[in-house]
Amino acid sequence: MKTLKELQEIRDREKGGLDERCEGATVTEGAPRAHVLVCGGTGCTSGNSKIIYDNFKTLLAEKNVTDINVIMTGCFGLCSKGPIVVVYPDGSFYTHVKPEDVAEIVDAHLIGGAPVERLLHAEKDADGQMKSINDTDFYKSQRRVVLRNCGVIDPENIDEYLARDGYKAYEKAVSTMTQQQVIDEIKKSGLRGRGGAGFPTGMKWQFTHDAPGTDKYVACNADEGDPGAFMDRSLLEGDPHAVIEAMMIAGYAVGAERGVIYVRAEYPIAVHRLEVAIKQAHEYGILGDNALGLGHKFELELRLGAGAFVCGEETALLNSSEGKRGEPRQRPPFPAVKGLFGKPTLINNVETYGNITQIILNGADWFASVGTEKSKGTKVFALGGKLENVGLVEIPMGTTLRTIVEDIGGGCPHGKKFKAAQTGGPSGGCIPASLIDTPIDYDSLMAIGSMMGSGGLIVMDEDNCMVDIAKFFLEFTVDESCGKCTPCRIGNKRLLEMLDKVTKGEATLEDLDKMEELCYYIKENSLCGLGQTAPNPVLSTLRYFRDEYEAHCNGKCPAGVCKALVSYKVDPEKCIGCTICARNCPVGAISGSVKQTHSIDPKKCIKCGVCASKCPKGAISK
Amino acid sequence: MTEEKDKQFGEVLESLKDVPGPVMMAMQKAQEIYGYLPIEVQLRIADYFGVPLATVYGIATFYSQFRLEQPGQIKIAVCLGTACYVKGSGGVIEKFGRMLGVEPGHTTPDGRFTLEATRCIGCCGLAPVLTVNGEVYGKVTEDSVDEIMAKYNNA
Ligand SMILES: Cc1cc2nc3c(=O)[nH]c(=O)nc-3n(C[C@H](O)[C@H](O)[C@H](O)COP(=O)(O)O)c2cc1C
Ligand code: FES
Repeated sequence: MKTLKELQEIRDREKGGLDERCEGATVTEGAPRAHVLVCGGTGCTSGNSKIIYDNFKTLLAEKNVTDINVIMTGCFGLCSKGPIVVVYPDGSFYTHVKPEDVAEIVDAHLIGGAPVERLLHAEKDADGQMKSINDTDFYKSQRRVVLRNCGVIDPENIDEYLARDGYKAYEKAVSTMTQQQVIDEIKKSGLRGRGGAGFPTGMKWQFTHDAPGTDKYVACNADEGDPGAFMDRSLLEGDPHAVIEAMMIAGYAVGAERGVIYVRAEYPIAVHRLEVAIKQAHEYGILGDNALGLGHKFELELRLGAGAFVCGEETALLNSSEGKRGEPRQRPPFPAVKGLFGKPTLINNVETYGNITQIILNGADWFASVGTEKSKGTKVFALGGKLENVGLVEIPMGTTLRTIVEDIGGGCPHGKKFKAAQTGGPSGGCIPASLIDTPIDYDSLMAIGSMMGSGGLIVMDEDNCMVDIAKFFLEFTVDESCGKCTPCRIGNKRLLEMLDKVTKGEATLEDLDKMEELCYYIKENSLCGLGQTAPNPVLSTLRYFRDEYEAHCNGKCPAGVCKALVSYKVDPEKCIGCTICARNCPVGAISGSVKQTHSIDPKKCIKCGVCASKCPKGAISK
Repeated sequence: MTEEKDKQFGEVLESLKDVPGPVMMAMQKAQEIYGYLPIEVQLRIADYFGVPLATVYGIATFYSQFRLEQPGQIKIAVCLGTACYVKGSGGVIEKFGRMLGVEPGHTTPDGRFTLEATRCIGCCGLAPVLTVNGEVYGKVTEDSVDEIMAKYNNA
């Protein structure tokens, strides 16, 4: 149990060390002379960043270096170049670091003072000067509000969070604002839910506040089911206290004393960091019967998912948190009136909560100064797919897709052509290359038939078949449909069968029209958001890539992806009869003797493409 | 062995006595302890919390993470999340299927390998991604399937 004064002392003590973690900072007396930040996000951890961290610790200890601080942080964002190590105050940004590189960094850089050039993320400006990391293409268009502590603090050390004004927003809210003032501030900021639907957050707080009853809950949706999205995970891994503090503020505002965070079971590191954070907050008396000694109670518990996409839907999440099958409930009543265990419940997404402390501390006007008229603030995206720089980015609302794909993402690798980007995951739609200048905000995306979604942004290039992608998403939703309502359970299944016909080249142009009709039927009649949005990927690809669908009806897959429509051929001009293809074919479909042109038996061929990838002369093609 | 597990699980049940909505939590713990959910364990959970077995079984079959059969010694899980899929993880899992002679979701008859398709595990930066007994392999290609299989076949 710590008093407010003791918490302030911790902030003051830690502040010097934290201020050094930016490029070119001056080192304060008594603080470490350098900070080594090793990324401890899921991506880098699977690239052995824990061993890298340990190696730094042991090597520095062996060499009796005591004035250098080594910590593990949350995600830096540039996941495809991981594992990442950053040294401050120099601002050296090391990429693709291997455990065996640590000795060199310690000797040459930390002790010798000369950064290891070969590992640096080097980008030069027009004059050939090395750019500072904040000026590189990947970072310069970004603006970090939600991710402000990710890649800066040690998420397992509450003192570092405190030093970044941690728990000051709660203090401010409870001691200087009424419940209604807090709600009004959130309303005025224009913050909209980041979980997908974009519902105004302040209004939701108001509904829950106004609901009759005393036993209320505050819930956090950390189910993040959109495959290929990892914004919420990164925030929980990099800055768990920010979410906890925001839930406490929400608890105060709506009058709830209990909070529940529902996390996907696939996120073990996030779960662990939350557990650590909750424990530390308890020890400091921040969570508990008398939170921060300010007279309000707040308790927080975790509930783990078990692998069901529909549980991200708020009413299904409630059922699952109660330990039941995660089937959605009929709305109304809305969770704000009748939620967890039948009590009024506020449900917000992780990233939505991630904005709260900053709005309270800096004011609604500050927050609303970023973004567009109807979409305020920033949005975190998980960039994935065919991009040079894959990772986590936070951009002001209204940034164009072009900036994201070309500048931040660095374009498609191998000089391939950008074809489309998918936002909103299985509930969203694609944005074709022709609309690359669309600003990314709730309303612009809606207008072109996609949606903001939770923040997954997957880029596809000319090698991806849009019909195949639509089928991929629909397979996902069919698999994840809970089966409770017929339009979703059976309608989507039929739709998938029709799509399958298209990918096999067996569909007619009339079938395409029928598909479209079925899509609208499913959208209008399903019980929950899963069914209501499931046909979106089909509709949007039909809208922008109808020519690809038509090509399939004519027996061709332009991208060469749909197996039924491709066949492999040996080019007799190029084949040298080396027999490599025949030896590698898993089904013995290739015949031919040494130095003779080989041939593929189309009846046996399973179109796995092994032969084409093994041929030293590139003689086999689709 | 099982006796010890049964005892351990008994303690878990005890600790969940006063928790609201405990059934799913108990099942998650049970799977941690036993590796899957044998029917006897499901019965025990149903009895302990006074719910029908159908409720427990209904939950077990609703969520993809619950297993009703003993998994193989080596669990190969290929990510079929969007980021991995657009980078070709579909071909990778197909190749494992061919080499092991099983469809995703199944275990080889000798009980050695289980092949699974998973949802996004959050390593999309390394796509396509797979895990073998929890160890992550990133940026895999169909060629690396041979290397990975060779490693575990010789182990
Ligand atoms: C099928 C489906 C899946 C969803 N998955 C998520 C999810 O993974 N994470 C999330 O925060 N919201 C998800 N939502 C949205 C939630 O229902 C809800 O709108 C959100 O948690 C509200 O929080 P917000 O207002 O802060 O966005 C999903 C909705 C549907 C229909
Ligand atoms: S899509 Fe495979 S790890 Fe995210």
